[in-house]
Amino acid sequence: MENMTGKVWVLGDDIDTDIIIPTEYLAMKTIDDMKQYGFSPLRPELAGQIQKGDIIVAGKNFGCGSSREQAPEIIKALGIQCVIAKSFARIFFRNSINNGLLLIEQPDLHDDIKEGDTITVHMNEHIDYSGKEYPIASLPENLMNIIQAGGLVGAMRKLNGLD
Amino acid sequence: MGMTIAEKIIAAAAGVESVRPGDIHTVNLDKMMSNDGTTHLTVDMYNNQLKHPHIADPKKLVFIVDHNVPSDNPKTAASQKKMRDFARENGIDFWEGKGVCHQIMLENYVRSGELIFGADSHTCSYGAVGAFGTGVGCTDFLYGMVTGTSWVLVPETVKFNLVGKLPEGVYARDLILEIIGTVGANGCNYQVMEFTGEGARTLSISDRIALCNMAVEAGAKTGIFEPDEKAIAYLEEHGRKPKAIYHSDPDAVYVREYTFDLSKIRPVVAKPDFVDNLCPAEEVQGIKIDEAFLGSCNNGRIEDLRVGASIIKGHKVADSVRFLVVPASLEIYKQALKEGLIDIFMDAGAIVMNPNCSVCWGSCQGVIGENEVLISTGTRNFKGRAGHPSSKVYLGSAATVTASAIAGKIALAEDIH
Repeated sequence: MENMTGKVWVLGDDIDTDIIIPTEYLAMKTIDDMKQYGFSPLRPELAGQIQKGDIIVAGKNFGCGSSREQAPEIIKALGIQCVIAKSFARIFFRNSINNGLLLIEQPDLHDDIKEGDTITVHMNEHIDYSGKEYPIASLPENLMNIIQAGGLVGAMRKLNGLD
Repeated sequence: MGMTIAEKIIAAAAGVESVRPGDIHTVNLDKMMSNDGTTHLTVDMYNNQLKHPHIADPKKLVFIVDHNVPSDNPKTAASQKKMRDFARENGIDFWEGKGVCHQIMLENYVRSGELIFGADSHTCSYGAVGAFGTGVGCTDFLYGMVTGTSWVLVPETVKFNLVGKLPEGVYARDLILEIIGTVGANGCNYQVMEFTGEGARTLSISDRIALCNMAVEAGAKTGIFEPDEKAIAYLEEHGRKPKAIYHSDPDAVYVREYTFDLSKIRPVVAKPDFVDNLCPAEEVQGIKIDEAFLGSCNNGRIEDLRVGASIIKGHKVADSVRFLVVPASLEIYKQALKEGLIDIFMDAGAIVMNPNCSVCWGSCQGVIGENEVLISTGTRNFKGRAGHPSSKVYLGSAATVTASAIAGKIALAEDIH
């Protein structure tokens, strides 16, 4: 995967799946219908402001709560390239990989970052921000293959020669 | 080196002698449960994205409509029809209107020693009878449905040594809120919460469900008790036997240990908007409420209804309050009818509803409006969880919720005379 540069939106700790997509919108037909309500309980204007290629930087326990898979799907549909957080809740982490949304754990960036600033992610190495390097772990190749195939179903289709 | 009960269940499911935290194993799933929150998405992927799809073993699957039941609009009706038709076509056990999925699973399916995936975060409830249940998304569910297997990263286990006995008027609900308040909302992220010790043995199966059910609110992969004679008796009452009885070895390795003295636990309330935002119930006494909810997979069992009924008997729900009473299953509802509890709630002015997830999931019955305040025995109090983004949810025990419904403001049971 190439390096990624993007503008940052900053969110706090414990961003739960009801904030990412409230229950009342889950019955909508498609993710594209739902995505305008992403993060609406916290910041109703945010979904409309996010541009393709932007990056979310958050605090601890991002994605806690429900197992609803619409949560990572909506973040991806809004055009977010990756979410960088101090930590992720486990069901959300697995759902994100399975839907092709890249997540990166980084303990310190959130404390320093300002919303609207730009960062560059050097995959498997570090994040560049304001002249400082923030180290990140490397992602195993099989997980990266799933993300690049757009998720687990996409990866299975590739393996089966369907795509 | 010994293994914990959770490690032993994973080892058996993986067909290996032993496992260690951090190992990744392919496991055979004993059962899989999915509800109307996401099953329509699984069915869509199955029908549209796979070539010649095949279900590994329909007998291992259970589909349960519980989140919006009866359906509340044409969209949920359509997604439930998709689920219902798929279940019938494929010979999958299907339940509708009989209760909250985890309560139905515990009453009818779960056996000690099993590894169960559920497409719902509160699948961790099954540890109450010594099974390893955990929540997954619909893509992981699809993979398990088609292959009968999945992969797990063996989690570390955190030991919760429970000593003493809960005092009169204090409940397992207060205990689990206290535990989450202590460890934090991600305090056990990707770990197992094992509840053990002489205090654990004093707890009923209903109490144990209340504890395990909220393990996910501390970020855990599951919560679990060693199955004892109470767990075996519960299974026998429901016509089942354990698959296997596992105990943690004396030399099992725990990543951390906590001790909680049950006799010191007091009534507590989790304030908006986080489950670990805990305080003594006295601290929020007097906060005006608009709605009270007694129900959910956490606290809608017969034991909880008995607590509520004993407090509200001879009293009335405050004029300004809607008090929703929602038995977690039909079995519980019928038992409550037999015991006269439903009459007591109705005479007091409560709204008694069919078994379902209700306002705990915030899209069906009892949703609250702008700036309204709910006190609830549900699982979560996230911002907007029960309705409007500006509304507020407080979490408390069946006793605190019922007392608050009578007082019209957050109150303790001891305030009601």
